[in-house]
Amino acid sequence: MAIALDRLARSFLLTELVSGMALTLRQFFRPKATISYPYEKAPLSPRFKGEHGLRRYPNGEERCIACKLCEAICPALAITIEAEPREDGSRRTTRYDIDMTKCIYCGMCEEACPVDAIVEGPNLEFATETREELIYNKERLLDNGDRWEPVLAKRLELDAPYR
Amino acid sequence: MEGFLATPVGQLALTVAQAMALLVPLLIGVAYLTWAERKVLAAMQMRKGPNVVGPFGLLQPFADALKMLMKETIIPAGASRVLFILAPMITFMLAMLAWAVIPVNDGWAIADINVGILYLFAISSLGVYGIIIAGWASNSKYAFLGALRSAAQMVSYEVSMGFVIVTVLMCVGSLNLSEIVRAQENLWFIVPLFPMFVIMFISALAETNRAPFDLPEGESELVAGFFVEYSSMSFALFFLGEYANMILMSALITILFLGGWYGPFGLFPALGPLWFAFKICLCLFVFIWVRATFPRYRYDQLMRLGWKVFLPFSLVWLVITAAALKLFGWLPA
Repeated sequence: MAIALDRLARSFLLTELVSGMALTLRQFFRPKATISYPYEKAPLSPRFKGEHGLRRYPNGEERCIACKLCEAICPALAITIEAEPREDGSRRTTRYDIDMTKCIYCGMCEEACPVDAIVEGPNLEFATETREELIYNKERLLDNGDRWEPVLAKRLELDAPYR
Repeated sequence: MEGFLATPVGQLALTVAQAMALLVPLLIGVAYLTWAERKVLAAMQMRKGPNVVGPFGLLQPFADALKMLMKETIIPAGASRVLFILAPMITFMLAMLAWAVIPVNDGWAIADINVGILYLFAISSLGVYGIIIAGWASNSKYAFLGALRSAAQMVSYEVSMGFVIVTVLMCVGSLNLSEIVRAQENLWFIVPLFPMFVIMFISALAETNRAPFDLPEGESELVAGFFVEYSSMSFALFFLGEYANMILMSALITILFLGGWYGPFGLFPALGPLWFAFKICLCLFVFIWVRATFPRYRYDQLMRLGWKVFLPFSLVWLVITAAALKLFGWLPA
């Protein structure tokens, strides 16, 4: 009886509703969480998996040895590699394509790579106007690697203790 | 000038000027209500809301209106053309029409008629027709179901709202809206009739199809409710009508309970219209605040609340008020 009366009183005095509204009013005066995106950006984790790049050794030699482990592990079948020995006898890729429209950004390629050649960088702003532009070839990937190298190296260094 | 105003043409010109003086600020108010709603909702969700078009996004309503105007009006193949076009006009017209009797200041009503509150009630009841016609003429199941829900909801909550209004009328002894405000010069009715104020406010939410009673436009089940088939300007008319109705309901609450144009404790009597507008804004803020807080009611809960809680409660409170007025001899002369 007392419980029923208590419940009735509470529902008629709108206690729960008022406390709910007090909560939203408190939120009203709290600082906003919005980031004005193109002008402000949220911090990215060093593990962020964005646009791909092919890295080089400090002497300018490309790291990729055409082992094709990335091609094999890629779950989306986005990577295509063709390879043959170069004049100096080292195995190098003649073709290294990534179809960025197929890629699911799982990061398996960089996990598989024994020489840290293919990596996913922090760049997420590579939208294009046509589909064709998203089919990256070796030249484009090496170019990306060169462009982002300082960030990529830092990134691998920061993540190394956890590997 | 005096002579011109006495002629029929002069009278007509005066009335048109008065109507314009009321409707233009009202429509601007409606435009900024949409802006304010987005801003307040955003703030309560820790967002910023529109802030790109103009300073603080203040030009957003005009950008939206322009976008609406540029769009194509689509009339569905199975629709009843005349009614389909008529429905938004009716809704919008009725929302504007009701403002004729609203006293913005002492003696500042376009039509200071003695049955003001009845007129308001009649007009707001007619609002159901626009919705029913829209739902039926669209020839679409979502629109039809939305219209049915909306009509049932508005009719249900009008009943308890009627009792609330009768309670206020008993305390005033007049149906004239200006008289109702004047009766609150010393004590606003929100103080002695607080429970009725709460009922009135919640009923107003249901009456204007606002959250948490926005079942007619329940996105998850009915897409957009009765105006799902509307686009462009016909949609904009529904939208304007809906928001004008919100302002109208706030004005009604202000007149019935919050002392209309009087400042609290008789402060700044010269600022009548500003006090009136300020109280309306306060009511509208609560409308939006409620929307930011509560999830939607289920339909049977809505009907239960209307018929099994509000109706008996307002009826009992009506009798209590009547008894108190009689016992203590407070009945108005």
